[in-house]
Amino acid sequence: MSNYIFPILLILLIVYSTIKKNNTYQSFVDGAKTSFDLVLTSLPYIVAIFVAIEVFQVSHLSAYLSTALSPIFSFFGIPTQLAPLVLLKPFSGCGSLAVLQNIFSTYGVDSYLARAGCAIAGSSEAIFYVTAVYFVKTKVTKFRYAIPICILANFAGVIVACLICKII
Amino acid sequence: MNAIWVTIMIVTMSLLLCQNPAVAFDSIFNGSTKAIELGLKLWAIYAVWLGILKIIEDTGLTKIIAKKSKKLIHFLFGTVSNEAEEQIAINITSNLLGMGNACTPSGIQGMFYLDKKSKYITSQMIMLLVLNVTSLQLFPTTVIGLRVAAGSSNPNSIIFPTLIATTASTVVGIILCKICSKLFRKREPK
Repeated sequence: MSNYIFPILLILLIVYSTIKKNNTYQSFVDGAKTSFDLVLTSLPYIVAIFVAIEVFQVSHLSAYLSTALSPIFSFFGIPTQLAPLVLLKPFSGCGSLAVLQNIFSTYGVDSYLARAGCAIAGSSEAIFYVTAVYFVKTKVTKFRYAIPICILANFAGVIVACLICKII
Repeated sequence: MNAIWVTIMIVTMSLLLCQNPAVAFDSIFNGSTKAIELGLKLWAIYAVWLGILKIIEDTGLTKIIAKKSKKLIHFLFGTVSNEAEEQIAINITSNLLGMGNACTPSGIQGMFYLDKKSKYITSQMIMLLVLNVTSLQLFPTTVIGLRVAAGSSNPNSIIFPTLIATTASTVVGIILCKICSKLFRKREPK
């Protein structure tokens, strides 16, 4: 179903643009031109985040933290087996997908743990990655209450994901 | 961000020092290599999406989408400039359609128009950030793809739970944003 959305929208857009007598090709090229700038400004931030993610896993800090935080997680109804996924998700989308695949192969893709993991992975974005990239064109360095809100909101999503998968 | 990054680096480096100092250097370079690889991929993705977004803009559709979502944007953000409004409208639309990285260019541009040239973040920028972090998407395409690849008997079974979870996180995020922007109104940059 979702596979059809993109091509259909793209056809409609190009037809519409042609009807409006726009130079569609030139518009596309003009837009694509700005991508170079965007990548150049955001790449240093991505490097910093990825270095942190890598050492976060290699040093086993993520494993220690999941063990330390598992009582809190089980209090909120989050299975301890999902703790590594919940911890890594705020940092990296790709990293948490790798953890999710690990859960698939350990517990089975249709198990409760795997389904809850999917709902967790699909329900939120990587907080620190998004925060690092979205502000590259601004002067903001002080984020005030932004990060706590993001973490709380995503944690609420995680709790709901674990609960709803148990019911269904 | 500074405090988080510094804490992670110091703690992990100290841990590695006790465990296996030999891998410290390699892991940092691994992280950096992955980032550059992702950067190349993002360049390709941004180029296509920025191209498509420019077509949308040149047809005047951006203005129409912005007009249609004016009420919603006004409820979430209060008063914003026209440029910011257009980018936010595009950003929310591409989030809903689950176009993944398509949200990023409009998100960055939206933040740019909301920026007050202060080093402190404004409550409007926090709202845009929270909307993107909690990403209200209708189809979790990537995760369904992974489930198909892993041989699931019913890969689509997670669509509904994911929708409920992502709605919950977005609603909680919006409520917290509204509460905090009232609580900390005095410290709002002018």
